[in-house]
Formats: sequence, C-alpha cells, structure tokens
Amino acid sequence: MESETKATFSKSTGLPRKRFYRARAHSNPLSDSHFPIPTSPAHVDFSLHFPKFVEADGKTSKKVEFADIGCGFGGLLISLATLFPETLMIGMELRDKVTEYVKERILALRRTSSEGQYENISVVRTNSMKYIPNYFEKGQLSKMFFLFPDPHFKEKNYRRRVISNHLLDEYAFVLRAGGIIYTITDVEELGEWMKSCLEKHPMFEPLTQEELDSDPVVELLCSATEEGQKVARNGGQTFRAVFRRIAYAS
Amino acid sequence: MEESHIEKGECQNKLEVAPALISVHPSQKSVAVTVGSDLRVFDLIENCPITLVDESEGPAHKDSIRAIRHGASGKLFVSAGDDKLVKIWSADSWRCLNTVCSEKRVTAVAISSDDSYVCYADKFGVVWVVELDGINEGKVLPAKKGASLLSHYCSIITRLDFSPDGRYIVSADRDFKIRVTVFPKKPLEGAHEIQSFCLGHTEFLTCIAFVWNPELTQGYLMSGSGDSTVRLWDITCGSLLDTCDVSTMVGDLESSESEPPSQVTVTDICTIPNSSLAAAAIQSFQGIVLLSCDLSAHTLSITKVIKIPGESFIPTSISVSKFLWMVSGASNLPGSNHPGVSRVRVISTETCSVLEDEQIPGGTKLLKHLQGKVRVEESVMSAAAEAVREAMSSLLMKKQYSDEKREFRKRTRNDKKTTL
Ligand SMILES: C[S@@+](CC[C@H](N)C(=O)[O-])C[C@H]1O[C@@H](n2cnc3c(N)ncnc32)[C@H](O)[C@@H]1O
Repeated sequence: MESETKATFSKSTGLPRKRFYRARAHSNPLSDSHFPIPTSPAHVDFSLHFPKFVEADGKTSKKVEFADIGCGFGGLLISLATLFPETLMIGMELRDKVTEYVKERILALRRTSSEGQYENISVVRTNSMKYIPNYFEKGQLSKMFFLFPDPHFKEKNYRRRVISNHLLDEYAFVLRAGGIIYTITDVEELGEWMKSCLEKHPMFEPLTQEELDSDPVVELLCSATEEGQKVARNGGQTFRAVFRRIAYAS
Repeated sequence: MEESHIEKGECQNKLEVAPALISVHPSQKSVAVTVGSDLRVFDLIENCPITLVDESEGPAHKDSIRAIRHGASGKLFVSAGDDKLVKIWSADSWRCLNTVCSEKRVTAVAISSDDSYVCYADKFGVVWVVELDGINEGKVLPAKKGASLLSHYCSIITRLDFSPDGRYIVSADRDFKIRVTVFPKKPLEGAHEIQSFCLGHTEFLTCIAFVWNPELTQGYLMSGSGDSTVRLWDITCGSLLDTCDVSTMVGDLESSESEPPSQVTVTDICTIPNSSLAAAAIQSFQGIVLLSCDLSAHTLSITKVIKIPGESFIPTSISVSKFLWMVSGASNLPGSNHPGVSRVRVISTETCSVLEDEQIPGGTKLLKHLQGKVRVEESVMSAAAEAVREAMSSLLMKKQYSDEKREFRKRTRNDKKTTL
C-alpha cells in the first residue's frame, strides 16, 4: 500500500502523476449520486479544505469566493491561487479519480511551496448541476468559471449542458451583483449556445472590451487549464463569453 | 433520473400504484377524490354527486391522477398526472375548460392566487406555466401549451405552491430541496430570481403548506419529508426555524409489540385556516398528528394526536376547510381484483373527533359516490396502504447500491463504456 501510493508521485517533482488518475472521459451528470452531499452551505466544513485560514474558533475566516465548475485537473485553480492569494477558491469536479488527483496535486504544491502558497485552493467531488445551492449561500461568489465544459452535441443531450437558461438562475443566485461568470470552449456550437443563454438571461450582461482587456483572469482562460493547453497545442480556435451578474428585481 | 428510468425499464408495462387523493373546496362547496384516472366530485351544497362535463378539446384522464388542487378563490380546480394531461376545471359548473398536454408525466400543480396562471411540474424537474386569460369567467380556451418557468435539475418535484401573498412560487423536490422563486410579472418569460433555498431535510420532500393569517400574508412554510420531520421555514431568507420529529410520537402510539419505526415519511400536511394549527398524515400511522406553530417564538410542536379507531385507515391525502377531509386508498393494486380502492373519513376541526360515516357532510350518499360503495373491506385497505408505501419509496428514495453492484451497473450501461 505504502509503496503503491509513493509510486503515483513523480520522483523528480514530488507531484502526483496524472496517469495514475486516469478516468472515464465523461460522467453522466444526470445520474443519482453516491458521494456525500452537504445538507446546506452551513454544513460544509471548509476548515478541512483551508487549514491555514482557520481562526481560533475553528472556522475559516473567509468564505469561498471563486468556484471553478468542472475543474478537471485543476490548472486554473493553481494559476489563480497565486494571483489572488487571499481569496478562497474551490474546484467542483464530478469524476472521483480526477478529484483525487487534484487533491493530491494541491497538497503536494502546498508541501513544496517555500512561500506557503496554494493554501487558498481546494476541490470537492460533486455534481455541480444538482448541488451548487448546497455549497454556496446567496451572493457568496464573486467569480464562477466554466472552462471547456463537455459539449453534449446531440439535441436530446442539451439538457446535460452545464450552461442553460435554467441553470443560470442558480448561478445568478450564488453570484453577487457585480460577480463575473467566465466561459470558454473550443467547440463553436457550444460557444454560441453559452453566449446566447447568457445574453437571453435578464440577470447577466456582457463585459465591455475594455473590461475584458483589463481583467487579468481573462487571459488565463485559454492558457491555464489542461484542456486549454491541449487546444492551444493543436492550434484550435476558442470561443469565450464573459458576463457580469447585474442587480435585478423581477 | 435517467438511471432510474433504465432500471425501471423491465417493469414499465406494469401499472404503477398511485395513492388516492382528496381536495375540498375552500368554502366546502364540494369535495373531490381521485383513484387512478377516476375523478369523483360530490356537491356538498346540493348534497349530490356531480357529473363532470369535458368541454375542452383535450382527451379525458386515462392514467393515474397524481395531483389535484382547488384554487384559493374557489373558482378553479386542476387535475394532472401520469397521462401527461393537465385539466383545468370550473369549480362551479364542473366543466373542463382547458386541457394542457405536457411532454412528460405531471407530478405537482398549483394555481396562482388571482386565478391567472396554472403551474405544473413534470417528472424531469421542470415547472411549466400556462396563462388563463379569461378562463375564470368560465370561458373555454383553445388548447394551451406550457412555457417553462424554472427547473430543478433532473429531480422529481413533489409539490408546488404559491405563497399566500402571491409573490413566490415554492417547489419541493426529491433531492431534499425547497426552492423559493419570485413569481415574475411576466411568467411566460421564466422565473429567474431565486429568493432562497430552504435546505435542512435529509430525505425527499413530500409536502409543503403555508401557515398564515391576515396580518401575516407572506407566511411561513411548513414542509414534510421522508426524514420523519416537519420543518418550519422563513422563506424570505430560507432559514430553518424549527424541526419537529414525528417518528417518536408515532412509535409510542403504535401497538406495543412492534419496535417503533426508525424513520417514517410524512405524507401530507395541510394548515387549518385562521389558526396556527396544521394536520399531518404519516406513513403507517392510523391517524393524524396536529402540529401547532408559534409564529412569534418560531416553534413547531405536536399538540395532539388523533387516532382513527377501529379499521386500518392510514390517510394517503388530506385536505381542510371547515372539516379535515382524509382519504386512504390506491389505484392499480397488484394481484387484486380491486383495481382501485378509496375510503373517506372526516375529522371535526373544532372537537378533533373522528366523525361516524352517518355524521359526515354528505353522509353515506357522499361515501357511495367517492368510495364507489358504502363499505370498504378492511383487508383491502391495509393492502392499499402497504402498496402506496412501497410505490412511494421506490419512486423517491435514493437507491443504495453496493460497490460491486454500482460497478456492474456502470459497466453494463451502454451510454458510457468505462475506459478505466
Ligand atoms: C472537458 S473537461 C474540462 C476541465 C477543465 N475545466 C479544463 O479546462 O481543463 C470538463 C470537466 O467537467 C467535469 N464535469 C462534467 N459535468 C460535471 C458536473 N455536473 N459537475 C462537476 N463536474 C462536471 C468533467 O468530469 C470534466 O472533468
């Protein structure tokens, strides 16, 4: 057992080796879950995720503000960790092996960082399409990321898409007014879909070009994640939609 | 959802057991009971059975009705269910004014307080809305289609209700969740603004009801669940005010030989108008639990347990106006020559006593119409209660799979071959 766990880490970098965490290409977000689901946001113990942010009362001093939905292997979180060192962020991932990998990767980075970095990022295994309200309170988040989500091409599978008119209602609920939702894909059709869902939704408005240019996060969208790097290597095109949650009263 | 459909594939042709339902007119002008596809209504003013007339172009109910509801004003009545039909009736003339065809089976319905909209939820967690312009004057409308209002991602919505002030629509689901959504001015464009989620239950939701009085029209919400509790919520912020466990109570009262059940399902609740009381029906329990709600102290407690003496009568649905009306029964009973059975009983909300058949409004004439006959055999009643219990847990309880079984299911599913 001991030796087995050790072998899954690279000798040279001390980081976990991805091939030991290979998993199915897709998970079905519709199926009944068999992982623990917090009853409500008050039941999520983030002190285990962010031990360095725990105060004397045993609770974290801050709340999670960024969520990377379908975080995959965690590349974005790792880039954001040092860019926003005081902000707590969480990745949400459906595949268990991938989640385990990200967990190990973050722990290893924490161990090897000499400046105490990466204490502000963590990951949970969950179906984000069903359980976002179980993790975050109203208006808790200031940024949500949906990078290279699964495309689900067939029309009968559109309802599995992670951006949809109805799911945006839930994202608008957990995002505060002024919060930003970032989406990117290399599938043109999906890019159009995500953009049009956001355009049609009364609680979101697009960022202007100047705002996009001055936001340091925007350039990470296609460079920080594993999927983004793969697309870049293959010279693929990307389609981006970045929108702001606006104040709203029906 | 998808998975449970695949799994049910083998028994898809078998008819599913559906509980008998009851709904009484808000000022007790009539009372409606459903058993399977059968909708039976009795006129409590004229004291006679009502003949339903379908003037809409749509078809009649042909499969189990899963949800019925009188509107708060008493003008409209809605029935809907497994045949994917939502039928809107005048609760005066008992003509069907409109039939809405849903794409999926319907699990819950609600009528807005001003009778302008009917909402219904389908088995895939989508809530649809139809506008009723003019229907409350008794006009028959051309067949309508619903517009999607909101969605609980792939969950079964078990109840829908409007808040008494009409501001919110509340939807409760199988995934332990209650969503409170602002009911918008233009509902056909969707209801996007979520006011709160009420989270705290640890099993599927089965029922919700507002406790309110004229000074407090926004109201507090009560919810019942498969987790043995009734909970009280402030819906504006989604905060849980109190939790009342009903399992111990029921355990104590059950015959002393059997162990008290560890978990019971609250199957229905309704609040008694102009009081802070609510009645709750509990699976396997022959009676009603009365809960009292203190809205200033924010507490919920059991004040009285009303046992129904004699026969085995476990209410499957309850409804209240001047009296508390209860029905027990089911359709499609397996291995029985009774395709459907129902028994109606009534409790006086003033004296809390269970009325004898002869004393109830409408008397035996009513029973003959709503039950199909005056006497219902006891053995059939207990079989029905058991069948309803089983059907409900197979529909709403999360399947527990062993690791091996889960792996096997994964491997044998054709929509994803594992590459592990
Ligand atoms: C194509 S990958 C992209 C991963 C990452 N964002 C990147 O850019 O490299 C999509 C990821 O979303 C995850 N996913 C799909 N549906 C999900 C859901 N409902 N909840 C959480 N994660 C989900 C998948 O398991 C997969 O890892």
